[in-house]
Amino acid sequence: MFEGILIGLSTAFSLSNLLMVIGGCLVGTFIGMLPGLGPMSIIAIMIPVAISIGDPSAALILLAGVYYGAIFGGSTSSILINAPGVASTVATSFDGYPLARQGKAGKALTVAAISSFAGGTIGAILLMIFAPMLASVALLFHSAEYFALMVVGLSAIAAFAGSGQVGKAILMTLTGLMMATVGEGALFNMPRFTMGVMDLQSGFGFITLAMAMFALPEALFLVLDPSRSNTGDAGSKIKDLRITKDEAKQITPVIGRQSIQGFLIGVLPGAGATIASFLGYAVERNIASKEEQEKFGKGSVKGLAAPESANNAACTGSFVPLLTLGIPGSGTTAILLGALIALNVSPGPRLMTTQPEIFWAVIISMYVGNVILLILNLPLIPYIAKVLAVPRNYLIPFILFFTMMGAYIGQNNATELLILVGLGVIATVLRFANYPLAPLLIGFILGSMLEDNFARSMQLARGFGFITERPMTMGLLLLAVALVLLPGIRARRARRKSAFIADGD
Amino acid sequence: MSLERAIALLFLALFILYGYTAFFTMDASLAPFMRRNPIWPSTFPKGISVLGILASLYVLLGFESAGEQKKSEIDYRNLGQYKIGQALILLALMIAYALLLRPAGFLLSTVLFLVLSAWVLGERRIFMLLIVSFIATGVVWYLVQQVLGIFLRPLPFFLG
Repeated sequence: MFEGILIGLSTAFSLSNLLMVIGGCLVGTFIGMLPGLGPMSIIAIMIPVAISIGDPSAALILLAGVYYGAIFGGSTSSILINAPGVASTVATSFDGYPLARQGKAGKALTVAAISSFAGGTIGAILLMIFAPMLASVALLFHSAEYFALMVVGLSAIAAFAGSGQVGKAILMTLTGLMMATVGEGALFNMPRFTMGVMDLQSGFGFITLAMAMFALPEALFLVLDPSRSNTGDAGSKIKDLRITKDEAKQITPVIGRQSIQGFLIGVLPGAGATIASFLGYAVERNIASKEEQEKFGKGSVKGLAAPESANNAACTGSFVPLLTLGIPGSGTTAILLGALIALNVSPGPRLMTTQPEIFWAVIISMYVGNVILLILNLPLIPYIAKVLAVPRNYLIPFILFFTMMGAYIGQNNATELLILVGLGVIATVLRFANYPLAPLLIGFILGSMLEDNFARSMQLARGFGFITERPMTMGLLLLAVALVLLPGIRARRARRKSAFIADGD
Repeated sequence: MSLERAIALLFLALFILYGYTAFFTMDASLAPFMRRNPIWPSTFPKGISVLGILASLYVLLGFESAGEQKKSEIDYRNLGQYKIGQALILLALMIAYALLLRPAGFLLSTVLFLVLSAWVLGERRIFMLLIVSFIATGVVWYLVQQVLGIFLRPLPFFLG
């Protein structure tokens, strides 16, 4: 492990990689503050830049910096003007915005900066301890287990979608898998399901799909509903940066608890920073004393520290399944996975042994990223807030333009833009009906790997025998079935129970 | 029928079509030696189509536990109250951009796109708008062409 840390240190502290972290954090923070551009869209926009760097560790370091920066920028805008640019910072605005309105914006930003710094750092330490443990199990994995593991990951994503959403999430995942089969697969040299369209010969473009699923619907929503991009008065003064000793004493245990809880939630596929921040807020509220509970929602420092440390720790946590198992836990890490594959790195159990410098450089750059974010946030806050003043009339055209550039640069093909618009309209309609879109993208990204591993194990076992011959495969597949069925059974039982009570009355 | 279930019906049709192709038509073009392989190009799609039909039926028939239904940010039953016209014009502009990008060149079509879409959204300071668009287009072109080294035809086709 220490050898690995040394490799990581030497990679991450090279001048160019340090610049990558700084640049990534800056870009992420600035764009993350704009309402409507979450980490997912920002990373999708940055992918062409990252891929063209060529060096996978530098690219991953850049994207990780963008990721942290985006989460961080989102909290800035939710505190200052109650406009969370990112879903995971919605909980931050519950207590951050009231604090800002009381004229304590400086204090709120300081609390947020310190909590996210602590959350990110503790998360990185936990990642360092746990990731190698997970990876050491990894050599037992063959293609059959990979196949089963991906099935588990996909069903976990669907199962954690929330009540009333599981069926739709599964449907979306399957649609993603279906879209992944379009074009030529790696194992068969024949185009499938192209409907005679030449441009589909190589399948759907991943960046095109990512843009169409996230950035485009968000931009269209901003157009449809002008009140969504209301940025309010961004010019209010920012003062009173210091926090008192008493407040520091209050938030310390909150930060400790929420960093660990947030990390663990982040590790689960499908959960991620949004759930971690809401859960962190709810837990801290429940265990606070009576009079402190009253303060929640009216400007409690605890209520601000909890979601901030939880969401940053969860961001770090979501790198565990990505780097050690090759399973993206969230839409954002799914996009990162796509970028990695484009860079010819296959994340997974063997990453730590075959390319340790990538693995450790990312972990080390997490520390560096956190420190840089702290440095950025404290003195630059007053200036950073100015970006929020970009008027909507300029913001939306530029979002659309960058979306199209991202898709065009990837394929150098104008038909790709038409596909982008078409899929974007479909995605918008799906969002109207509350269909979750992240499972579709995750399914699409995992789809080809899933099929390749499936095909390989079928060829090795000359049929479906691998399912019964390998206990681990069997166990994982059963786990996947249980994950999909459990929420439905639990809901049915709850309904039957309530129906029974109603009958008894 | 709610939009949610109407969409599920469309997905059902899509998966049936997909399954029909996988089960009945696509194996015909398979070379004889590939038929000895335990896995065919259609094996995986067959599985997906069956699962997809089941999942879309599940949503379509309303087995989904009602739970706490999340409310969409936009009420689709009442699209008239939103700026639907603006959204449609912007989509049309994007399509026009896609068709113009090659023949008209990057610089011209991008400036046109940025200016027109901001105009549609209600921006009227045309001078300011032109300056911002020109600078942004120039910077992006420089980044893509010179820094990233990806070819973007800058000028209309008859100029080179």
